[in-house]
Amino acid sequence: MSARWLEPVATAGRAGLFTLQMLAAIRPSMKQAGETLRQAYLVGARSLIIIMICGFFVGMVLALQAINALAQFGAADQVSLLVGKSLFRELGPVLTALLFAGRAGTAIAAEIGLMKATGQIDAMELMAIDPVERVALPRFLAGLISVPLLTAMFSAMAILGAVVFAIGVMGLDAGVFWSKLQTGVRFGEDFMGGIWKSVAFGGLVSGTAAWYGFSARPTGAGVATATTNTVVISSVLVLVIDFIMTSFFT
Amino acid sequence: MPLNDTPAIRLEDVVFRHGDRLILDGVSMTIPRGAIAAVMGPSGVGKTTILRLVSGQLRPESGRVLVNGEDVSAMNRKALYRMRENLGFLLQNGALFTDLTVFENVATPLREHRDLDEPAIADIVEARLDAVGLAGTGDLMPHELSGGMARRVALARAVVLDPAIVLFDEPMAGLDPIAVSTINALIRRTNDDLGLTSVVVTHDVVQMKKLADYCYILAEGRIAGEGPPAELAASDDPAVDQFMNGRMDGPIPFRYAGAAGS
Ligand SMILES: Nc1ncnc2c1ncn2[C@@H]1O[C@H](COP(=O)(O)OP(=O)(O)OP(=O)(O)O)[C@@H](O)[C@H]1O
Ligand SMILES: [Mg+2]
Repeated sequence: MSARWLEPVATAGRAGLFTLQMLAAIRPSMKQAGETLRQAYLVGARSLIIIMICGFFVGMVLALQAINALAQFGAADQVSLLVGKSLFRELGPVLTALLFAGRAGTAIAAEIGLMKATGQIDAMELMAIDPVERVALPRFLAGLISVPLLTAMFSAMAILGAVVFAIGVMGLDAGVFWSKLQTGVRFGEDFMGGIWKSVAFGGLVSGTAAWYGFSARPTGAGVATATTNTVVISSVLVLVIDFIMTSFFT
Repeated sequence: MPLNDTPAIRLEDVVFRHGDRLILDGVSMTIPRGAIAAVMGPSGVGKTTILRLVSGQLRPESGRVLVNGEDVSAMNRKALYRMRENLGFLLQNGALFTDLTVFENVATPLREHRDLDEPAIADIVEARLDAVGLAGTGDLMPHELSGGMARRVALARAVVLDPAIVLFDEPMAGLDPIAVSTINALIRRTNDDLGLTSVVVTHDVVQMKKLADYCYILAEGRIAGEGPPAELAASDDPAVDQFMNGRMDGPIPFRYAGAAGS
């Protein structure tokens, strides 16, 4: 009976060991760097379009809501400040990470799970090639690299969406919009704070995906479970870690 | 003990279970250096399991598995990987890397464990593909190959490092008679030329007789018979006779060993 309750703890322990195993496999080698960049390109390219589209619409919605709320106090010209703050610190990193989990995390888990189900991971071990080093690590590092870049892209598109709505549709003054954004939003705290967060989220999502891929049962259903778990667990983790980081750093 | 007297592979009274199902119940084997040994037996009896014990992917419940005199289950990861650099394993399903071309599949072990430049790798890979009758297929992807072609690519990949020991899990399954003879000759020739040790799992009694120096027949978790193929063929042990001559009736049952009643 107690084994049932211990199972999540044991899983968390194994996932932690897996992470250490990945970190221990980091080498200053050209081969590893090359494969990491290749994976960063793959996962980045996979997620770029959806992240740009979502960013644009999130920016428009933010502007719409902000103008509605601020107009009650006659402060609609503060819209860029509100949009910028909430976007750079919270929404940009969090939404990008969630989209990345759905788009790239699932792909990573399914790819690794399938390699396992078809014996390719076995074959690597038999060739004395460490699959954690060769398969998991580059994808993990690729998440660390590409999610901050995607977050920056998401935020840029969201600002564009806000501009289109606030200036183009609502006819607010462009000069006021930009000057409020420039003076109110601080690069170091607001923008870079969000970027550092997104580095953590990237590692969290791609690490979770690699872990579920590797621990997938070697069957079709096993791979399906691994992809589902990747989205569910990494999304929850992102939101929990976001809360912890936000309460720590503000 | 001088190295040359140590058998390449030795199983000492190995017991192995999957869950609570007893698969191997005290199996002992000795495969001397330079020999080609065959392992035969009905489907599901544990032939692949034996190879996986030798490669260190599985560990015995009791008994010892020795490769070049070293206990595989006592090896740490590093020692295991070092041992595997000298051990080729043709997996039953081939397990080619589906995202790499045929060329890259065969080149992977070379890139990993040998410090060679691109032209040297290309030379070796082309020669190995040629040896399995697949010259000029380097640019194909695994899904573009037939089943038999894929097995031959996997074979080329398994031996590309010229390992001292090669484990072949049904190298002949699904191949046409010409390919079977070619692969047979290839195994025999590399064995004689390079002095390597081979373990071949096969169901093909005729090919086994041509290829193997020594043969083990496995039934119900134990070695039912062993010896040079000619001796085995003349054996009057009922299980050995049943298997060598493909008789329906005899001590070896035609059913899943985990089924009720076993
Ligand atoms: N991962 C596993 N979990 C549980 N049982 C397993 C597992 N792998 C194999 N078995 C069981 O172990 C037994 C031996 O399997 P093995 O693959 O060694 O058979 P085999 O002799 O190679 O058969 P074949 O000739 O069909 O390839 C089988 O009865 C199988 O049901
Ligand atoms: Mg088998």
